[in-house]
Amino acid sequence: MTVNPTAPARPVRTRGIEAARARQAIWLLLPTLIAIALVAGYPLYRTIYFSLFDANLTTPDQRTFVGLGNFWFTTDEGVSLGFLQDPKWWGAVKNTLLFTVVSVFLETVFGMIIALVVNSTFKGRGLLRTAMLVPWAIPTVVSAQMWSYMYNDSFGLIGRGLLGGQALLANTDSAIWALIAVDVWKTTSFMALLILAGLQSLPSDMYEAADMDGASKWTQFWRLTLPLLRPALLVALVFRSLDALRVFDIMSVMLGNVNAAATSMTGYARQALIDNSLLGFGSAVSVAIFLIIMVIVVIYVTAFRVKFD
Amino acid sequence: MKKVIALVSLSAAIAVSSNASAVTVTLACGAVGQELQLCKEGAARWAKKTGNDVKIFESPNLTNDRLGLYQQQLAAKSSDIDVYQLDVVWPGLLSQHFVDLKGKVPAAEVNAHFKGIIDANTVNGKLVALPWFTDAGLLYYRTDLLQKYGFKSAPKTWTELALMAKKIQAGEQKTNKSFAGYVWQGKNYEGLTCDALEWVVSFGGGTIVDSTGKITINNAQAAKALDSAASWIKSISPAGVTTYDEEAARGIFQAGNAAFMRNWPYAWALGQNADSKVKGKIGVAPLPSGGSRNAATLGGWQLGVSQYSKNQAAAIDLVRYLAGPQEQKIRAIEGAYNPTIQSLYKDKDVLAKNPFFGSLYSVFTSAVARPSGPTKGKYNQVSQAFSSAVSDVLNGKMKGQAAVAKLNGDLARIKGRGW
Repeated sequence: MTVNPTAPARPVRTRGIEAARARQAIWLLLPTLIAIALVAGYPLYRTIYFSLFDANLTTPDQRTFVGLGNFWFTTDEGVSLGFLQDPKWWGAVKNTLLFTVVSVFLETVFGMIIALVVNSTFKGRGLLRTAMLVPWAIPTVVSAQMWSYMYNDSFGLIGRGLLGGQALLANTDSAIWALIAVDVWKTTSFMALLILAGLQSLPSDMYEAADMDGASKWTQFWRLTLPLLRPALLVALVFRSLDALRVFDIMSVMLGNVNAAATSMTGYARQALIDNSLLGFGSAVSVAIFLIIMVIVVIYVTAFRVKFD
Repeated sequence: MKKVIALVSLSAAIAVSSNASAVTVTLACGAVGQELQLCKEGAARWAKKTGNDVKIFESPNLTNDRLGLYQQQLAAKSSDIDVYQLDVVWPGLLSQHFVDLKGKVPAAEVNAHFKGIIDANTVNGKLVALPWFTDAGLLYYRTDLLQKYGFKSAPKTWTELALMAKKIQAGEQKTNKSFAGYVWQGKNYEGLTCDALEWVVSFGGGTIVDSTGKITINNAQAAKALDSAASWIKSISPAGVTTYDEEAARGIFQAGNAAFMRNWPYAWALGQNADSKVKGKIGVAPLPSGGSRNAATLGGWQLGVSQYSKNQAAAIDLVRYLAGPQEQKIRAIEGAYNPTIQSLYKDKDVLAKNPFFGSLYSVFTSAVARPSGPTKGKYNQVSQAFSSAVSDVLNGKMKGQAAVAKLNGDLARIKGRGW
């Protein structure tokens, strides 16, 4: 901060300043790193540790080492005990992936449309931008409960009114689409906001030049807006995908905990860990979720070269 | 000035000493129907009598959610809650966290309760909790509608119920589109386990896991029971019945939109409330038979004192008071909560308010226990596997026979190296 960039500095001295700065940075970062290690690192370590044991939540002290038995183990009688052998787990994985892909796709498309509309100048734009965020501002648990009333087959606006007494939430196969609708309703505005921020940073003279050259609005969108928006869009996509993969609250509120375990990976983990107090088994599931999400992040970052700086 | 300081410190000392003798006990109550209100009132009476304070902790409605919350509190050895309200299937699961009431409560007081319920609360010789109220599944019906459509008495078998419900539903739907023949608890949770166990037992299909721990669910009678329940959906029960819990079913029945309902005794008192559309038109009968017997699942709630409580003596006193005859009588009269004390079933005031307590006495004493005893700490998993299999049949994903065969495998996996 004290260095004057225009001043001619000798190379040796520059290195000294940079080294000093690096040292300074480490000292400044140290409290944060310690805090992260304590609140994120230690729980993660404990989860991985417990995933190798057969342990009960109520008596964690009486545990037996089972290695990877919580992941995959078949007894002598041919009974499979690992969660990777449980079809219910794979059902939860399938449903979570379906939920993530469909909802994030729809949110991106709708979010983009809304952002483009709100980006143009018109009267009452500020009000609209604020109003747009209402669904996002409502706590998920509240909006999920609100929607499950609307889906109710005997008095709900959708269940009774639109569908004439159908119970969408009764069957996990149809429920997943109902849940996607809720998530899209809720998060599209957030996506729109992120995309809008990206749009605002685009230079307007570029569009003026394109207009002069006679490029149609359609071409401008595909050739200028979309490529320039890519960094912002990808960051938004990563955030939303990770959120969607970790989805828990909508399922838990709208389906109840038993069916939530069949529709989301986190619901499955919660059921094992809390309802069934299987500390070891549940930890193993959590480790698997952690790995799945990490793999997806790595794919995103490498395949699309997302830059977070 | 010195005088003032002395006066202030003296009054402060008095305030501190009077606070020290009175303690605050936290009581976790359920909130289904009138539960919370009655719980608060009972606790207030004890507080007034003893000079202590009671803080009420409001628990989630669904028993599964409640258990999850309690397990977290107990595993963390938290002293936030002193007295827990425990489901009859939990003592085996949570016994190590509760104070042994044997010896702390006089034997005569313990023996006044039904023996079966005391047994259910005794784990390895330890009395985990005192029974507060008992429960058994009952069939509620609309006396006015039965008469209107020419039926003389409540159905004796499930087939009869289906026929009656169908006729009444067809007639009523002409004027009321939302009318349903039969409502019950079809949501995939513990309540469905209770309902489905009643069907299976009534068809002679056993109790999922028998008392020796053997898995018995894979049999033709059980499959038949599940198939006949599935046949009710969209014919006499609304499609949404597979999302109903106790309160959802009660809401529909109490609004006058159902002919029959399966529910616990608490629904009686609420149905007789001034705001109930079916006040004075409700009949109560044992649940129909599937050819083998009439079966009702044993439910009920107990009060246990947490081992991590800092006010154990006061908490035990609160439990003894709430589970005592005086308090159980008030709850029976005001909320139709079934007493666990035998003598109250002969009490005139109780019978005047709940006439069916006397006539259905045998339903309450012969109720079928869920297999929480033999499956011990894994009961919850067993129940989830069972209710999920039943849910698959109800939603048409599977036929009864395939479902019980698959369930057999699931239960074997859960049993693993033993219950």
